[in-house]
Amino acid sequence: MFSYCADPKTLEGLMWLSCYVTTAKHMSFYFSFLVVMGLLSLAAPLAMAFGFAGATASRSTFRIIRSLGKGYLAMIRGIPDIVFFLFIPIALDQAFEYLRHKVLCSDVTEPIRQGNDFVVCTAAKLPLNTASEWVHDIYGFSLALLAFGFVFGAFAGNVLSGAMAAVPKSQIETGEAYGFSQSQIFRRILIPQMWIYALPGLSNLWMILIKATPLLFLLGIEDIVYWAKELGGIKTGVYEYPHPDWRAWYFGVLMIFYLSLTYLSQSVLDKISARLSQGQATMAGKAG
Amino acid sequence: MSSCFQTLSDYGLRSIGYGERLLPKSDITLCEQFVLIGSGMIWNIYFAVLALLLGFFFATVLALGKNSNLSLFSAPCRLFIFIFRGSPLFIQFFFAYDLFVLLPRLGFDIDLGFLVVTVETRWLTKAWLGALIVLFFNTSAYAGEIFYGALRAVPSQDLESADAFGFTGIKKFRRIIWPTMLRLAWPSYTNEAIFMFHATTLVFFTGFPAWQQKGDAIYYASYFADKTFNPFVPYPIVGFYFVLLTLLIIGLFGFINRRLNKHLPTNERKRLRFNKYNLIR
Repeated sequence: MFSYCADPKTLEGLMWLSCYVTTAKHMSFYFSFLVVMGLLSLAAPLAMAFGFAGATASRSTFRIIRSLGKGYLAMIRGIPDIVFFLFIPIALDQAFEYLRHKVLCSDVTEPIRQGNDFVVCTAAKLPLNTASEWVHDIYGFSLALLAFGFVFGAFAGNVLSGAMAAVPKSQIETGEAYGFSQSQIFRRILIPQMWIYALPGLSNLWMILIKATPLLFLLGIEDIVYWAKELGGIKTGVYEYPHPDWRAWYFGVLMIFYLSLTYLSQSVLDKISARLSQGQATMAGKAG
Repeated sequence: MSSCFQTLSDYGLRSIGYGERLLPKSDITLCEQFVLIGSGMIWNIYFAVLALLLGFFFATVLALGKNSNLSLFSAPCRLFIFIFRGSPLFIQFFFAYDLFVLLPRLGFDIDLGFLVVTVETRWLTKAWLGALIVLFFNTSAYAGEIFYGALRAVPSQDLESADAFGFTGIKKFRRIIWPTMLRLAWPSYTNEAIFMFHATTLVFFTGFPAWQQKGDAIYYASYFADKTFNPFVPYPIVGFYFVLLTLLIIGLFGFINRRLNKHLPTNERKRLRFNKYNLIR
């Protein structure tokens, strides 16, 4: 980075440190913080979409759709989320490759599952072997993102269906009395009124989403945990910047990063909640 | 079928080091997956039960501390709760493990004057102790916040009646405040217990090594998923075990909840309903 960093062996003290924290690997480490932010900003709307679909489905008048929706919302209560984080990316990957194999290589008759192997033809591989590295990265990240959307969608669906149930019955009956159709009641009465009930649950969900982002590491993505392990490990003399085991320091930095992120989020969410409570017929509304 | 009994005796206690040493490598049967993943559940139950039992008492202390008027008590409790609730458990595991590794390996002596205690620091880097400590602190912080909320919600009339009857100090706490606090906190605490069981699945994915492949349920499940390249069998098995466990917890905590609400008139009793807001950690 700096011109004096050419020979790190001769450096000492702050000079050494300034060179150390600006190596190319450290730049990747800093970039991975942006990946976390990117994941948060993409996973939150995706989870809301999944959750909204789940909550709506669980109120459907069709029995099959209703039980599908209810099953989706219920599954997250019994099964640890890590199971889904490990399962969904592999399952999706195999499902995509299976479908592509059926379409692209319909002439291959050998079974796909051969003992302990999952064999698809070269053309069906995702991403293709010839694809450049960034395609692999993006593909892996997208699978992880879908897993996050799916798991947090189930959480969000629980919050939203609770909020929909909390909207006073009389509001809906009033709509019916005025001759609104079911979809009009849903769009004009239920949805606008449910947000204030959903807010506490959704704020909680946002905090949990923040705290779930290091699980990206489990999905084989070079995220902040990967780099903290990589950079913090013992570096012997063969490295340019030898140092003892510094992993505790690196993970300490991650702790501080997450603590500030949750602290900041909490103060913003408190402000939003105070603003939305203004003039509501609740204790918080009257106090303010 | 008889071979499945054989598998059960080979691998039933594999996760704690009894039975066959080598894990199945090829021709993995459904029975082997069921037995070995079930064997791993021993660790999940061990971590969660001990962390919850110990955490319950520490959480009460934290809640009382946070509620204290003296900032000497309330500030450290607030800080503790903030640190463990504000950062991911996954990072806490890594951080704690790397700290434990840095401690002197052989242990050090603490001279208490009349007796010298040797602290074996190398145990801290083993999952059974190190991860248990992290889980214990973590659940204490979450439960502490729940208890603190409940403590603030104890009706003021109850406290006034206690004063009128001359209850003070420990007696007032043990007879009046604590039972009401528990009753109010119980639905959320049940939820916390469920999530504690789920959180134990993280242990062997962090720094803590699974020594001699003695791992928890999800450790074996991911082992099978790697070996067979088929995620559609082992992960649903883990899911099945955890659903059973969750139902068991709900049953047990529901029983305690009924005891806590026994003195109330029937129409005021709170059934342990899984409030949809209340589902998330």
